[in-house]
Amino acid sequence: MTEKHHCPDCRWLETRVDLDDGLNYSCQKGNLKAGAPVLTRTPCRDFSLDETAVSVDRKASRSGRTPAHGTRANPPYSPFLKAADTDGFRAFNRDEKELRPVPKIMGEHEAVKRFIKDGDYIGFELYGTVRCPLSIVREVVRQGRKRLRLLGQGLIDVDLLVASGCISALDLAYVGYEAYGLSPVLRRAVEKGKLKAREWSNGALAWRLKAAGMGLPFLPTRSMLGSDTLKSSGVRTMRDPYTGIQVALLPALQLDCAVIHVHRADVNGNCQIDGITGFAPDIARAAKRLIVTAEEIVDEAVIRRTPERTIIPFYLVDAVVHAPFGAHPGETCGLYRRDEEHIKAYLKAIATEEGTRAFLDEWVNGLPDHMAYRRKVGLDRLEGLRHARP
Amino acid sequence: MPALEVSAVETLIVSAARLMTGRTTVFVGTGLPMLAAALAKKTCAPDLVCIFEFGGIGSPLDHLPLGVGEARTFERAYAAEGLTGIMETAQRGLIMDGFLGGAQVDPWGNLNTTVIGAHDDPKVRLPGSGGANDVGSLVWRTIILMRHEKKRFVENVDFITTPGYLDGPGARERAGLAPDTGPHRLVTDLAVFDFPPETRRARLVALQPGVAETQVRAETGFSFPVLPALERLPAPTPHELSLLRDTIDPEKVFL
Repeated sequence: MTEKHHCPDCRWLETRVDLDDGLNYSCQKGNLKAGAPVLTRTPCRDFSLDETAVSVDRKASRSGRTPAHGTRANPPYSPFLKAADTDGFRAFNRDEKELRPVPKIMGEHEAVKRFIKDGDYIGFELYGTVRCPLSIVREVVRQGRKRLRLLGQGLIDVDLLVASGCISALDLAYVGYEAYGLSPVLRRAVEKGKLKAREWSNGALAWRLKAAGMGLPFLPTRSMLGSDTLKSSGVRTMRDPYTGIQVALLPALQLDCAVIHVHRADVNGNCQIDGITGFAPDIARAAKRLIVTAEEIVDEAVIRRTPERTIIPFYLVDAVVHAPFGAHPGETCGLYRRDEEHIKAYLKAIATEEGTRAFLDEWVNGLPDHMAYRRKVGLDRLEGLRHARP
Repeated sequence: MPALEVSAVETLIVSAARLMTGRTTVFVGTGLPMLAAALAKKTCAPDLVCIFEFGGIGSPLDHLPLGVGEARTFERAYAAEGLTGIMETAQRGLIMDGFLGGAQVDPWGNLNTTVIGAHDDPKVRLPGSGGANDVGSLVWRTIILMRHEKKRFVENVDFITTPGYLDGPGARERAGLAPDTGPHRLVTDLAVFDFPPETRRARLVALQPGVAETQVRAETGFSFPVLPALERLPAPTPHELSLLRDTIDPEKVFL
């Protein structure tokens, strides 16, 4: 949403932008007045980004008073840095999570409807095209979620959501197609000024999730220091009080909802992943709500046979969705390879805006659910992507 | 035997692989680094343990991975863990080397893979850091692989995605980065640069076969000194080329 305010002290700047999750500009001179039309989304130099004062700002803007803002002595940190609510997360886990082992099997429609709301901060776990929970991504697009803030270590997921206008802000580590090049969807959105992104490293985003999973407000790291990546992220640094070593303090990132695609789960949500685990253990523990899609739903006895492989215990999970080939057109290591032909057709389509719209109409919005998607791809074709069983 | 036609990419990969002689652990990113690591493992660094950011440790790389998280990164590997485990291994000082690339590099080895132009109003939106910043911050020595083009070799990168020596000696340490880390070599299809401790600015130390110094200057957007004992790199051997073409990337994904 963009609120209509005008800074009378400044000729070329007249707006206060309030992206859902805190892109707030405050006038450092205290000259902000309500009423003028919005002319631009670019604020003047006197405006600085401020999240610390979001709640105060909202009230102030309604009453027309000058909004609170950071002072020179204690500058506001990046609005893109949502401060960790460490105690709130503990209380949420106590009050809202189901701590008894009960079945949570549901379809993707119900899972998204119940656990992903407009304005939520969400994240998908994946690496490149590997194990990306695309059946849920497509359902989020179908249900038309808006103003989502996204953890952007991704690829097809980010592009589908950005192209569908679901995303208002992006914490970005990497969005691109590796050997196949840049993301045309991200390029169009960012280069036309429709989407703001803040920069992170893969390690930093994963450690932010880990910090939340540890129940801590932040985690120090020796990465990102000295770079513009650090400046863009808004992360603060400090000297370690014991040794004097300079560290970057990564604020814990508690997601409203995370989605992970796994090899197998039981009905209660105990999950196992074969091979490398990416950042699945971290994101699973950093989310208030967790939707798991599984290639296979197995008996609890199967899980109990190798409990050391259960990287996500049931109490972290809110929804278990059976989604064979849930990562298509990407791969799930050990089960099926990626569908190069489909990916090439997809990349060709997203090269233009019209092509992207047509692709979304054909492969996302034009289909009711993942079962229909699988039928459209072709069940035989999907089976053909499977690795031979050893 | 007729002289072999060698492509720029092949020259680059072979030079990078040769820098790994006797090395032990390497952080491997997507694309050319995978080929360089695979070639080094089959030639000058048989003990090399290739580590991939999403968890693969020590795959013999019998099959070339297409991405840093796909199954081939941990095919017949020693271990398969996760992202934070790998990054923490680098933070503990157990990963010796890392390969990096970028859209832009400056004389201090700072790399840009984020935007061309201003960050909030970019001309070109690039993919972002990915794991590059972690590699450039945490491994002991980074080796930068770049195609040598004037538009990529600039006095100041538009955005420091990954820190090199920032703006000179001591800058990394002042920012808090671990001591004794930073770019070791900048390898291109035309030449190799090092970053001597006195300046931490790129210095020409070797030329690729058939390349003249003037050609390197013409393709570089910043000034650089030249090592008096400038080396001339030997051409890729038929053995190296055949390994690359016939064994490592027979499907010509990257070559």
